[in-house]
Amino acid sequence: MDLSHIFNSKKFFSKSFCAVLFSLLSFTAFSQEHTSADTAHAETSVAHAEGEEKEEDISQMILHHIADSHEWHFFGDVSVPLPVILYTENGLVTFLSNKFGHNDHGTEVINADGVNLVNYHGKYYYPSAVKGADGTYITHDSKGDILNTKPLDISITKNVVSLLISVIVLLVVFIGIANAYKKREGKAPKGLQSILEPIILFVRDDIAKPQLGYRYKGFMPYLLTVFFFVWLNNLMGLIPFFPGGANLTGNIAVTMMLALCTFVLTTINGNKNYWGHVFTPHVPWWLYPLMIPVEIIGLFTKPIALMIRLFANITAGHILILSLISLIFIIKSVLVAGVAIPFVLFISVIELVVGFIQAFIFTILSALFIGMAVEEHAEH
Amino acid sequence: MIVGSIAGIGAGLAAIGAGIGIGSIGGKAMEGMARQPEAASKIQTAMLIAAAFVEAVALFAVVVAFLGTGQVN
Repeated sequence: MDLSHIFNSKKFFSKSFCAVLFSLLSFTAFSQEHTSADTAHAETSVAHAEGEEKEEDISQMILHHIADSHEWHFFGDVSVPLPVILYTENGLVTFLSNKFGHNDHGTEVINADGVNLVNYHGKYYYPSAVKGADGTYITHDSKGDILNTKPLDISITKNVVSLLISVIVLLVVFIGIANAYKKREGKAPKGLQSILEPIILFVRDDIAKPQLGYRYKGFMPYLLTVFFFVWLNNLMGLIPFFPGGANLTGNIAVTMMLALCTFVLTTINGNKNYWGHVFTPHVPWWLYPLMIPVEIIGLFTKPIALMIRLFANITAGHILILSLISLIFIIKSVLVAGVAIPFVLFISVIELVVGFIQAFIFTILSALFIGMAVEEHAEH
Repeated sequence: MIVGSIAGIGAGLAAIGAGIGIGSIGGKAMEGMARQPEAASKIQTAMLIAAAFVEAVALFAVVVAFLGTGQVN
């Protein structure tokens, strides 16, 4: 990955200027969104005292931003409702998320197709029989955990829409360039091909070949898919407005599915040596009761680490950026913006790199695990 | 007034460990690259993989801290 030529190029400065400009534009959008969310929170907590409650609001705001939701918020009061699909006791219930207003404090019971539901912090629960002391139909136990049961939620949420958008983008781009290769076989690449060819070759030469040896060809489709999917979604998560802003790779369910794909591939492709390593490790026989469970746990910790790494990296990045912006509202001084905003810009540029590195790490570790499974002979 | 939880302190301690780890990985990789500039790209790849493993430990701590403060369901 020798990238020094980028810095020597004359175009570098015009590019970096554009990048800075775009970042600044996005921050204005960011802060606008923030203030509107902030005022919305302020309205709901009129009864609350200032001070500590304010900090609580800000951490709520941050968690609200990184979480999934049933509507896609654009700016101010403008948001697009998304369909809610619940599998309840009475079968499937579907409605648009704004059909029953925006009350998500659990104070109002809604009746959707004969099923009573209550919306509490963006999630749908079955209401309690009586209203609690705090005015909600939600019952908490002494630890503050919610006791209400909830229907199976298979809604098309913000993350799902974002997932579909990225799938469409990937399909259009990659089917397009695949056809271009077919049509212009043996000729120099053109247009989109020229942008993506070095990256595809990077995945092949620096990720697949060193880890998988001559068997790389069979796993290239998976490695390329996972690389571009994770990278595109990391970048889309950094865009604060419409096509992005959904924090898809910062959702543990999505990273779990990706890690599960790697796990299935390793398990299916594991050869004699791989399983031999697990069930008859090269240790004295009396260590088997200890080693075999450890090796079996090792099979599962690898994809779990893969899942947590991507999830936590992206989530931590989002929380960091939002917290730095929130400093302005915690300290309540415009002057802080002079420090906070350049720092947020700096972190955002780092996040651009992290988005790439995490996609690279996920792909190379997948390749490494698959490579371990298909290796011909153990080296001892 | 400082409000927080003991889980936050734990995450901070894990961050110290990961910081030492990533620091030494980066330092040694620099050393290796200075000695053998022609192997720079290979060293870089291996460095990133090792750093990812170290980083994962710190991030596990972050996730545990979140669970500890009850903010991620």
